[in-house]
Order: sequence, then C-alpha cells, then structure tokens
Amino acid sequence: MEIGPILRALARNKLGVMLIALQIAFTMTVMVNAVFIIIERSKAMARPSGLDEPNTFYLSSTGFGDQFNPEVTERDDLELLRNTPGIIDVAPTNAIPVSGSGSSDGLRLDDDPTLPAIPAAVYYSDEHAVNTMDLKLIAGENFSSNDVLYQRPSDRRGYTKAVVSLALAEVLFPEEGQSAVGRTFYNDSYPVQISGIVETLQTPWPTSSFTEQAMIVPLHFISATSTYLIRTEPGERDRLMVETEEVLATNNPNRIIRGLKSMDETREESYRLDSAMATILFTVIATLVFITSMGIVGLAVFGINRRRKQIGTRRALGATQVEILRHFMIENFFISGVGVSLGAVFTIGFSIMLSSLFESPTMDWYYTPVGMAILIVIGQVAVLGPSARAAQIQPAIATRSI
Amino acid sequence: MFYYYLRLSALSYRRNPILSSLMVFAIAIGVGAYMVIFTLNYVMGGNPIPQKSAELFHVQIDSGNPNTQDDPPPQLTYLDARALIEANSAFRETPTSKMSGILEPEGDDVRPFSIVGRGSSADFFPMFNVPFLYGTPWDGSADRNLQQVVVITKELNERLYGGNDSTGKTLRLHGYSFQITGVLDDWSPVPKFYDVNNNAFEGSEEVFIPWNLITSLEFPRNGNTSCWKAPEPGPDGFLNSECVWVQYWVELRDSDEEADYLQFLNNYAAQQKEFGRLPREMNNGLFDVEEWLLKQEVLPNETKILSALAAMLLAVCLLNTIGLLLSKFLGKSGEIGVRQALGAHKGSLFLQHVIEAGFIGLLGGLLGLVVAAAGLEGIKILLGEDLMRTDWIQLNPTVVAVTLLLAVFATIAAGFYPIWRACNINPAIHLKTQ
Repeated sequence: MEIGPILRALARNKLGVMLIALQIAFTMTVMVNAVFIIIERSKAMARPSGLDEPNTFYLSSTGFGDQFNPEVTERDDLELLRNTPGIIDVAPTNAIPVSGSGSSDGLRLDDDPTLPAIPAAVYYSDEHAVNTMDLKLIAGENFSSNDVLYQRPSDRRGYTKAVVSLALAEVLFPEEGQSAVGRTFYNDSYPVQISGIVETLQTPWPTSSFTEQAMIVPLHFISATSTYLIRTEPGERDRLMVETEEVLATNNPNRIIRGLKSMDETREESYRLDSAMATILFTVIATLVFITSMGIVGLAVFGINRRRKQIGTRRALGATQVEILRHFMIENFFISGVGVSLGAVFTIGFSIMLSSLFESPTMDWYYTPVGMAILIVIGQVAVLGPSARAAQIQPAIATRSI
Repeated sequence: MFYYYLRLSALSYRRNPILSSLMVFAIAIGVGAYMVIFTLNYVMGGNPIPQKSAELFHVQIDSGNPNTQDDPPPQLTYLDARALIEANSAFRETPTSKMSGILEPEGDDVRPFSIVGRGSSADFFPMFNVPFLYGTPWDGSADRNLQQVVVITKELNERLYGGNDSTGKTLRLHGYSFQITGVLDDWSPVPKFYDVNNNAFEGSEEVFIPWNLITSLEFPRNGNTSCWKAPEPGPDGFLNSECVWVQYWVELRDSDEEADYLQFLNNYAAQQKEFGRLPREMNNGLFDVEEWLLKQEVLPNETKILSALAAMLLAVCLLNTIGLLLSKFLGKSGEIGVRQALGAHKGSLFLQHVIEAGFIGLLGGLLGLVVAAAGLEGIKILLGEDLMRTDWIQLNPTVVAVTLLLAVFATIAAGFYPIWRACNINPAIHLKTQ
C-alpha cells in the first residue's frame, strides 16, 4: 500500500487539507444537529392526541343581545346535533386538544398549598366527552350525566370527579398506573376522585412540559360562547362541517358561528412552525452537502492538475490506473478522516450547547458515528469523478515539458 | 488604475468561468442564507419603537405563588392595576388587556361578526405614538366616567364605512352602543411589544375601548389569564383574586421619574403586604421596551438555533472560497511571474488581487440578494399568513447593505492568504518553463 507517500504528500499541503477538513467538520456539525432536531420534532408531531382526528371537527357559537339564552341554546344545539345522521357524538368543551389554547390546574396529593403542584390540562365537558373524543377507557368508568355540574364562569370550580390520562395518573400516583382509579387528589382545597383512566389524552399545548397530562371533568360553564366538539362517521366530516355551520347559523339569529375547524387543520396549524423548521433545515443540509462536495471536487481537481506530471511519471513507471484511482480515494479518505474527527468534536460540543441553552433533550450517542460515516461516503463519492479522470492521464505526459 | 484592475478581474473571471462561478455561487448561498436568518433576527429581535423605547416601562409587581420559585408573573392582577390607575403617579400610563366581542353592523345586509379588541386608557395612543387617520383618542375623562367610546382600525373602518371618516358614528359592540372618536392609520408594530404575552407577532386588534369597560360591561377577555390560587366564588371573586391578566405600561421621561415611580411601587407593595397580600419577597420592577422584549424571550429559540447554523453555513462557504481562490490565484502563477518580472510592485499585485477578490465578492453579494429574497419568500410561504403577520419578512435596505458589504469583505478576508501566497511566488520558476 502507498499510505506512507500519500501521508507525506498531504503533509506538504497542510492548508489544503485543513480547508477541506474544516468544511467537512462544519458540514457534519450542522447536518447531524439539524437531523437530530428534525427527528425530535417529527417524533413530537407523531404523538397521538387520543382523538379520532380525521373524523372530528369543532365550532363555537357566540350569542349577543338581550334575546339570547345561552342555556336553552346550548341544550337545543346539543340535542339537534346528537340526533343528526352521520354525527356519532357531540360534547361541549372549553378547549380543544392540540389547539394551543386551554385551561390548566395545579393538582396536589393533599390539601396543602406548600406541596408541589402537578400541572394538568382541564377539559370542562360532560359525559359525552369520552365517546366524542373516541378515547380508550382502560380502567374505571366514565362519569354519568348526573355527575355533570352546570355553572357560571364566576362560580367555584368545584368538580369532584375526573377522567384522567394514563400519563397524568402515573405522575400523580407513580407505579400505580391503571390501579389509580378511585384515588383522590386535590385541586386547591377541593378533593377530586379519579373515576376513569384513558390511554391517551393530550393537553391543548403540544410544546408544553406536560403535553400528555390532561383530564376531563364533569363541569360545564354556561356563557355566551359555547364550543362543540363533533365526531362524525368516517368520510362524513367535510359534508357535516358545512351543514352544521349552516344549520346552527340560521336556527338562531341572536348568535354567530365561528371558529369552524377540523382537527386535521388544527394539528397542521399547531405544528406549522415545526414543519417549517424541518423544511428550512433540510434545505440547509442539502445546500451544505452540495457546497462541500463542490469544494472537495474543486480542490481535488486542482490537486490533480498540479500533479499531472507526477501522475504521468508514476504511470510511466508502471502504476496501474486502479492504483492512481486508489491513491486519490485514500488521500480523500484521510482528509475526510481529519474532517469528521474534528466534526465529531464540533458536533457534540454544539449539541451540548443547544441542549443546555434551550433545555432540549441531548443527542443520542449514535448520531455522531453515523454522521461521520455518511460524510466519509459523501467525500468518497465527490472525489470519485476527479480521481477517475486522474487515472486516465497518459504516461506519455511525463515526457512533455509542461 | 482601479478600473484597469477591475477589467483584469473581469478578464480573469472569463478565463476560469467554472471555478469563478463556483465561488460566486458559494458566496451567494452562504451570504444569502445568512441574510435570511439575519432578517428574521433583525426584525423579531429589533426595537419596534426606537424613538421612545427607553421611556416606556412595563410594570412588574410580584404577586406570585409563595410556594414556588417561578419568575414573577408577567402581568398584573385587577386589584393592582386598579390601584395604579387610581394613584395616577406616572407621566402617562395605561392598563391594557385583550378582549373580544360581537360587532353588529347597521342594516341587515351584513351579519354580525366577532372581533378582537383591546382595552386601554386614553394615554395608550400618545404613549405608543399611535397614528390617527381621523379623529382623536377619547378624552381621559372617558376612562373615569366609563363612557362608551371606541377607536377603530383603518381596516375595520374600510369594512364598515368604506374608508370614510366615521368619527361620531355609533358602533354596536357586545350589545352596547359605542361612539367612535377616532380611526387609526396603519399601525402594527413588529414585535407587538405592548402585548408579548399573547403572540408577539400577530396583527393589531380591531377596536380599542376604555379598559374599565372590560369589567363593567363584562366583555369576554381574550388574553392569557393565570391564577396560582382559585378565585373565590361569586361575581366579584375573579376581580379580587390573585389571577393576573392585565398588562401595565407607564411613560417616564427621565431617570428621576423612573426612580420615583419605582419608589411608589415599593410603597404600594409594602402597604399591600400589610393587608396580607403579595406574600412573596418584594420584587417590583420597571422594564423598558427592549429589556421587556428580552426578558419575555420574544425572539423564538428557532431563530437562535438557525442563526448558529447559518453562521456555520457561511463559514463553510468562505472556507470553500479560500480553497477556490487559492486554486485560482496559484493557477495564475505564470501571469504573476511575468508581471513581477516586468517590474510590478508587490503592493500593486496585492491591490490587484484584493480587487479581484472583491469583484467576486460583489457578484456573490448581488446573487446573494436573490438567494435571500427567495429564501425569505420561501419562509413566508412556510409560515402561512393565517397564524401570524408575515408582511415584514422581506428584504429591507439595512439587510441589502449588510449583504453586499458582508459578501465583499468576507471574500477579501477569505482571499488574504491566497493573495499573500500569489504575491510571494518566485517569478523565476514560472518564467523558466514559458
């Protein structure tokens, strides 16, 4: 093998090696960290909310004027909607999962304000919520219509029962999981009993630190604005969205219907920044890999042109085309090797900086070696063309004066 | 001489079109991408009201939960906001909160619709330099007397009154009649510094009413509300609670006024502590606009991460340029040798190559502007228009100037080593083989 001469040749061109190695190092740092960010975000985007999202939509009704009776309107609306063919179930609610806007309470295991509070999103709704959201009840039971309290927003929020997500049950009562049914926790000084546990129910806030900790409580506020969450038979959503809005808007002149939106749209909007970020990062990665490859090609061509005569001489002395090709491939391998080693240091350093600055998760160990391998392959591919051209150099060139 | 060198640069470009274009392209990508992120940072992290930002202060009174170590709440309770208004101790001051309501247009042809509004005091408009198209803000007495007056935006005025002067007309809002005292001209600061708690990058509200009316007419509140202790039951329970939902801004013209106001806040907090409120250690504060935007972390983490990545992208492009310039200049060894042999000074050779590098940088910068404009347009499309204002995502004169300067100077800086190498070759070697 001609490793010795290759290294000595490289040592004479330290600057060229460093230029390419640094490019590879930065490219690797950006690529690996960007891919990690993209993967982390797509994991977050892939978490289920617990709802039957493709068949669910919602809208709000806001009444105005003296003629408007919120209690009667809501009762009539719910009855009308629940009896509409194609609609599986309807629940009034104060908030929509994944939407970004909602209400939360701090829960404690005792009536003691000095205990740390466990945050949880609260969906104020009625006994139809579990079915409307298509939640999987894995322990205990749903509350009944008799449990549901109807209050004004200024009244005391004294709910006494809750259907909680498994994640919330596990945070409240570690290691009990599903058997936490029947246990009691406190919201301020009011005891609340867990009547049922559902497998998954997300909060309205996809980026919060407690995204999986949510509960439904049998308490409903009567106010001028009502929001209805509606689940339809598969394939009926789009038709019913139009029809429901039309029916509700015309059957009562003292209110307006607004905020008609499907869960699919809600999810798209809530995660738009994340998908925009992913697209931007992909563009950055592609650009960088392209520029770096161009740099490798450019410098390889330069290096080969400068050494045409030497290559010709080697060929004249009996080196085969494969040996010439191998020379430049190995040369690039060493340069890339320096680059990715430096890159590994940069990558890990940058990732530690990001996770400490933004309190984001740290990168798994295997990202770095995989990134190193990919960049070495990219380097080899980039240098393949120039090396093949070098191998074509005629031995006769050694005899010419230039 | 300069033009001669410039012509040489152009000639040199044509002699090595692929290598030179590669350089221009690399610089364009690096600088263009960096400028996209620079624009986002420049506007999102910028000062939306530079003329007055040092005189406008956000008031903080720490009414938080004594059992936690959280930051002080970013908003005030109703109790504290009322007390500050009544004390009237600042040059100008305004409580402000977001609300919503149903607007019933006159006539039957337009259905009522929902609008987003803001409650504030009359001082809000002069404090924040809000421009008026027609009319004026309401009079300060309207705040105290709970007069039903309203200021509407230019857009709403277009929609309801076809853009005609609507001052004096009556608007039906939330079931009550409001008299229009003024119509705003275009006004939509980015970031929306006066309310960063409810999306700092959304557009302005459509109507402004005296803040006191939000509670007296029971408008639905539309902004962030946060309680560490549940309100007592009953209609006044919420108002007397420790829930925070009011932002409070004061205008203080100099450091004396600032010190006096802080003293006033401390006195007020001490007095409240005697009544058993504000259980945490006293922590009142005044934050001017820039401090407040920084403290509330208005600039998203995404743009910070992207800045670092864009800086590395630029670094890669410049390293690339160094390598390519090196190839190019060393490839010209023969020509340089001839020029040196004919008596050219090292200084003039140096100047020639600096101009050549600058020429490439300028071309890269011009192409970089195209890259930046395309990148910004792409980001605008990715973010969509429905969730936040994106009309500010575009090239502005500062960014154009910075792009061109950055491209030229970065290329010249990247060229120093290649230029030095090119000027220090031994002419004899290269003349021998000619």
